[in-house]
Formats: sequence, C-alpha cells, structure tokens
Amino acid sequence: MASMPIAVQSAGKFEKVCSILEDHGHRPAGLIPILQAIQHEYQYLPEEVLTYVAMSLDVPPARVFGVATFYAHFALERKGKHVIRICDGTACHVKQSLPVLNALHEKLGTSEKRKNSADMMFTVETVACLGACGLAPVVVIDEQVYGQITPERALALVDEIKTAEDAIETASGTGAEQTSAEDAHA
Amino acid sequence: MPSAESVLNLPTIGTGAETLAQLRRVIICAGTGCMANGAMKVFEKFKSEMAGSGLRVILELRPEAADGEVRLSKSGCQGFCQMGPLVSVVPDGILYTKVKPEDVAEIVKQTLTEGQVVERLLYKDPATRKSCKGFGENPFYARQSRFVLHECSFLDPEDIHEYMLHGGYGAARKAFVEMSPEEICKQISESGLRGRGGGGFPTGRKWDAARVQNSTKKYVICNGDEGDPGAFMNRSVMEGNPHCIIEGLMIAARAIGANETLIYVRAEYPLAVARMRRAVKDAEQAGILGKNVFGTGLSMKCDVMEGAGAFVCGEETAMIASIEGQRGMPRPKPPFPAQSGLWGKPTIINNVETLAHVCRILNEGPEIFRSIGTKESPGTKTFALTGHVANTGLVEVPFGTTLREIVLNIGGGVTDDAGKIWKTGFKAVQIGGPSGGCLTEEHFDLPLAYESLRSVGAMVGSGGLVVLNQNTCMVGIARFFMEFTQRESCGKCVLCREGTMQLLALLDDVIEGRADANTMVLLDKLGRAVQIGSLCGLGKTAPNPVLSTMRYFRKEYEEHIFEKRCRTGRCKALLRPEINQEKCKGCGLCLKSCPTNAITGEKKQPHHIDAELCIKCGACASTCKLHAIEGI
Repeated sequence: MASMPIAVQSAGKFEKVCSILEDHGHRPAGLIPILQAIQHEYQYLPEEVLTYVAMSLDVPPARVFGVATFYAHFALERKGKHVIRICDGTACHVKQSLPVLNALHEKLGTSEKRKNSADMMFTVETVACLGACGLAPVVVIDEQVYGQITPERALALVDEIKTAEDAIETASGTGAEQTSAEDAHA
Repeated sequence: MPSAESVLNLPTIGTGAETLAQLRRVIICAGTGCMANGAMKVFEKFKSEMAGSGLRVILELRPEAADGEVRLSKSGCQGFCQMGPLVSVVPDGILYTKVKPEDVAEIVKQTLTEGQVVERLLYKDPATRKSCKGFGENPFYARQSRFVLHECSFLDPEDIHEYMLHGGYGAARKAFVEMSPEEICKQISESGLRGRGGGGFPTGRKWDAARVQNSTKKYVICNGDEGDPGAFMNRSVMEGNPHCIIEGLMIAARAIGANETLIYVRAEYPLAVARMRRAVKDAEQAGILGKNVFGTGLSMKCDVMEGAGAFVCGEETAMIASIEGQRGMPRPKPPFPAQSGLWGKPTIINNVETLAHVCRILNEGPEIFRSIGTKESPGTKTFALTGHVANTGLVEVPFGTTLREIVLNIGGGVTDDAGKIWKTGFKAVQIGGPSGGCLTEEHFDLPLAYESLRSVGAMVGSGGLVVLNQNTCMVGIARFFMEFTQRESCGKCVLCREGTMQLLALLDDVIEGRADANTMVLLDKLGRAVQIGSLCGLGKTAPNPVLSTMRYFRKEYEEHIFEKRCRTGRCKALLRPEINQEKCKGCGLCLKSCPTNAITGEKKQPHHIDAELCIKCGACASTCKLHAIEGI
C-alpha cells in the first residue's frame, strides 16, 4: 500500500494510467501491454509515469525501465506532431531507401541521433521492415503508407504537410475561426 | 454462451464451397500493400457504382445465392503487391491490376453487365508482352503451388462464415471429436512437416515432446513475430486467413493437451493485429473457442499479444520472456520449452506458416502433403521475392524448386535500378535475411530445401529472397545485415554483443578504405567465434551474411581492401572526386567554394580536382549547377 499516498496526490494527473493498470489487473506480467496502452495514450512514456507504474505494480523501477528501453517500439521522448518512418528492410534498402532518409534529414534538420525537428513538427525514424516489400522503398507518414517513394516525392509530401500546417496556423492566428473551420472540413 | 452445435449448425462446415464457386464475385485485395495503394477507395467506388448500375450487390455472405446477385468482398493479401490494387472477378477468372477508382465504372459496365474484359487493366507479362486474363495465364501465379496462400486470395478474412462454408474448422472438429492426441501427433509426424520459421525442426516431434509431459497446464504459442527484414509471408497469412491460424492452434492444443493458446504478432503489423483480434472474437461468438469445444467438454482460450519491436523475440525462449513481461532475452536450452516454457509449463511455439499447413494435413491426410516437395523437406514453402526482380511478391512453391524457376520464370527476371528488365544483370540472391547467406549464378539449379541450402552456407530462414543486381555492393549488403543484427543483439552473450559490433567496425574499415590484408582474416576468425559463443539463433547465425559474401565474392572484398575501389560506386568513401570534363563549363563557382584549394582550372575551361587535397566536404558539388562534380 506504499503507493497509496502518491496515487491519491496525483490521481488527476495519472487518471488514465490508473484506468489502464486497472484494465490489466495490476499484473506485472502484463507490463508490455500496459506500457503499450500508456504510449498509445501519451504518445511516449514519460519518466514519471514509468516510476508510477513500477510502484503500482510493486516491482523495482529498474525492471520497468529495463523493459521500456529494451523494445524498439517504446519511446522515452516526446515525438513530433507528424511521425515519418522510413522502412530500411532489405528490400527497401537495396532499392535505395537511404537517399530518401538523407534527403529528409537534410530538409528537416534531423539526424540519426536527433530524431525530432527543432519545431517539434516532425520526427524522422527508420524501421526494420514494414512487410510491404512489394512496394519498396516505403515511407509511412502518420500511419499512411506510401510505396515506391523517391527523395523528391518524400520532400513533396513533407511540403504538403507544412503547407497544411501553415494554413491552419494563419487561419487561427487571424482569428478567422469561421473560415478555418470550413477549411478543415473541406 | 451458446452451445457449439446450435450456432454453427456444424454439419454445414464445408458444404457451401460449390454454391459459392458459382456465385459471381468481385474481390478486392485488402492486404497492406494494396491498401497503401488505395484499395479501400476502389472498394467504396465499386459499392456506389454497382448499386447505381442496377446490380444486386450483396456484401454479407449468405449460403443460398439468387441469380443475378453479385457479391462484393475484400480478400487478404493476394501476394502480387507491386501490381496493386488488385481486383479479381470470379467465376469469370479475370484479374485486374493497378485499379484506380476512376477505372471502376468501366469494370462495372464492361465486365459485370456486358461480360467483357477491360483489356488495358490486365497484367502484361514483361517478357512476352502478352496480356494475362487471370491467375492461370499469369506466370507469376501459374507456376506456383499455392496452398497456404490460396485461401488468402479469395476468402474474406473478416467473415468467419465464409471460412466455414469452405470447410473451415472442419479439421479442428475432426481433431477434437474423432482423433486422439496421439493420432494427431502421428499424422503430423508422418506428413514430415517441418517448422517454417527458420530452423526446420520436425513439428510432429515437437508436439510429441510436449504431449508426453505430465502437466495439467500447457500452452501453445503462435509465433507471428516476423522480424526478418524482407520477409512478409506471415503478415500475409495473418491478414488474409486468420481463422486458419486459430484452427491450427486449436489442433496443436488438442494434440498436446493444452487449453490456452496465444498469438504473438509483430508490432509493425497493425492490420494483422486487428484482423487476428477480430477473428478470435468471431470464433468466440460462434462458439468455436470457449467452453465445451465441439461438444467435447474441453475448453479453448486464445489471446492475441502485440510485440513491442525486438527481433530477438522471434527466438522461442526470448518470446516467452517477453510474454511474461520481461526483457526479451533468450535462456539456455535445455530445458526446452516443450518441457518447461511459459510460466514453467510445457509450451510449444509454432510459426504462422507451420500452423497454416496443419489443417490441410488433417483434412487430406499426410500422404498428400508428402507427395510434393522433397523427401527430407516435404510440402510447400512461401518465399518473399523482393529486390531487383520484375515481379515482387509472395511465392509459394514446393521445396526443391530451383532458384532459376523462382527468379527467372516466376519473378520474370532481374531488373536494373529503374525497374527495366536486365538480362545479364543477375549478381546474387540473399536468402534467409540476417541469418542467411548468398546464392550466386552457380546455384541456379540447386533445389531449395533445408539440407541443400545448409551445404552451401545459406539457410531457408523465414524465406526472404532478395534478388540483387550487378549494381549492388556485396560488402555493403554484408554491412547492412551486420548493422541490423548488431542493433538487435539483446546483449546477453558477450561474443554476440561485442563481436557483432567489432564485425561491423571491420566491415566499415573495408568500406571506408582503412582495411588491410589482416582484416579479412580477422573477419573470418571473429565470425566463427561469434557463431560458437552465442546462445541463440541470432548470434549463431549473425556472421552468416559476412562469411557467405566473403566466400562467394572474395574478389570484391579484395578490390575494396587492396585497390581501394568499389566496382559499383556505392561505397562513397572509396570514390575519387572528379569533375566531369564534358559537363564542366569552367564557371569557377566550385573553385571559389573549395576550402582546401583542391580545385584548379582556367576560366571557361573544364576544371580539375586534386584527390589528395580534397576533403570531400561537398561544397563544390552543392554550388555546381551542372552536376559536373562526381565521386563526392
């Protein structure tokens, strides 16, 4: 019951985490599905949430951090608004996925180490294989799959997103809410 | 919970196939590949067009079809992803490729109402330039033996009733009602089925080992953690025929006396996760899973777990650790999972493709299964054919098929980087992904099977076949796989953790021009040490790509090391900076931008770069408007 005071204190903050833990019956064996559900909710795994999960499951924080850092799917850092994933599986690799990655890195000022763009608008990452090898090379932007991609097309897609984002910003910035709402629907 | 009999009306299993064969259907491939190319838009367009043209469209399957009705349905992955979205019309036997929403009206008018073929949407064989009407005329399909993949290409993966009308869950019923666990294991052993996940361990023996364990609790796990980059046959079956995996799992569970099963699906396959979850739910609702299975009093539970992105979890003991909520690290064997696995209980883990074969073996008997393939490796195997080849996709062929047949006949030949046929362009085939090796032209007539591949230093692995053309640097390919295994090494065994890192560093030396005569000796020695000193398959096979490329492409390594040259020009560090004398107009922009004064030349005359002074910063290349600077 050591976790009770904290649970009470931060009940509001960790409300969703609590309900996720509840759904999985507070079982340490369900740690991976628990972390997946949390990441689904928060987009990443904030450190304080991991500590809280460890206390609630009554396991050492090291175990939770160990699992969270072991699996590639878990992100310990916040991600950009749009996530661009470049497949670097064998088929994509031999069909020149690296030039696509390099072009995106150059355009967005990201790198292998620094995955987020400075404005937090984009995250650029590679994945081992998406299993869409017939369409190689493949890029996934926000769950939408684009096949047979070239550096030029990838950059054009980024520009499209940027233009859309700018439009939203200017529309909301000028206070023309009516038109922006209409734009969004169109 | 309704009893199995009442809902299923069990005798109807398998009775609908004939009626269904006559029903006119428009089938739209809804695999990941086709969906990425807009298959769902095509589906919606069909829905509205067909309704508008006065056809009686049915979306839900009913056993009795009336005349003039056309069923519109989705199917699993049909395997020919590159030509998607695919639309087939049965029983007309037409396969349309690359269908766009704007083509739909034409198909509805010409094909569905007038019975004509829309010629321009048919697949054209690049070799003969002939249009292929349907699956039968298309060399990509006609030369395969599709058993596991066959049902994926026409069944609606989200419709359990359609699966049952085609005989689905008949094998499971047989296993539960008519057969004893011993008999099931015996049939599987007699069929000679071997694990399709890579190792090729006889499935019947694995089941028997778990069956004889004296434990009240046992588990069966389906391994859908297909991490091998370049292989996607498991994704295709999970998306295309999820019920056949559940049925296979039920049979395995009955054979060993388990009542809990679990499907572990790779996280990168969201559609497969969704379809498997849906299938489990439908099977529960239909009374197939749950309590009192087929009225036998036995219960059966099935869960779906999504992986979290670790290649090593494809290894049995690592997968068990992952299911238990731990870091996915393998442990020494024995005890084998069949003796002590999940939660210390007897557990068997079978690959998706292995389980997909099980139903057919029980339905048709082990002899039929044995009648194709080779003596040691019976049955068919699905290969994922990708890379520089005209037809990419999933190819299911009997074991013993030659590489020539797969690459040249089914695959339609090797292509260049632009996708055009390149008759003399073949260099190698990389088989088995990060744990496999290379096959070259000398292996064109080698029958592909477990033993024959091992004898040439490769392995079936999960069945990824990546065709490489002459423009591919083999050292680069070895480095690609080494980088992958180095990243995915779980870190438990020192030789795997540190060894793969050092192998990668040595390969970087070769690629970046730092290597000397000793490098290859070291690569070879260290590679063998990693094979011996690692616990699980990841480490044991990690050096294979390096050792195999060194064996068959030694000359290419030597060129990198002694001549500091890469014949494909892919290794940037070995390129010598040059100014293309024909393109250069002598504008002088590059000369001004060079920080080391490596560029010289008269105005309006082609310039030169001194390779010794050049630091390859790329400043010149970015200022040159004529793209005359090469090798940087």
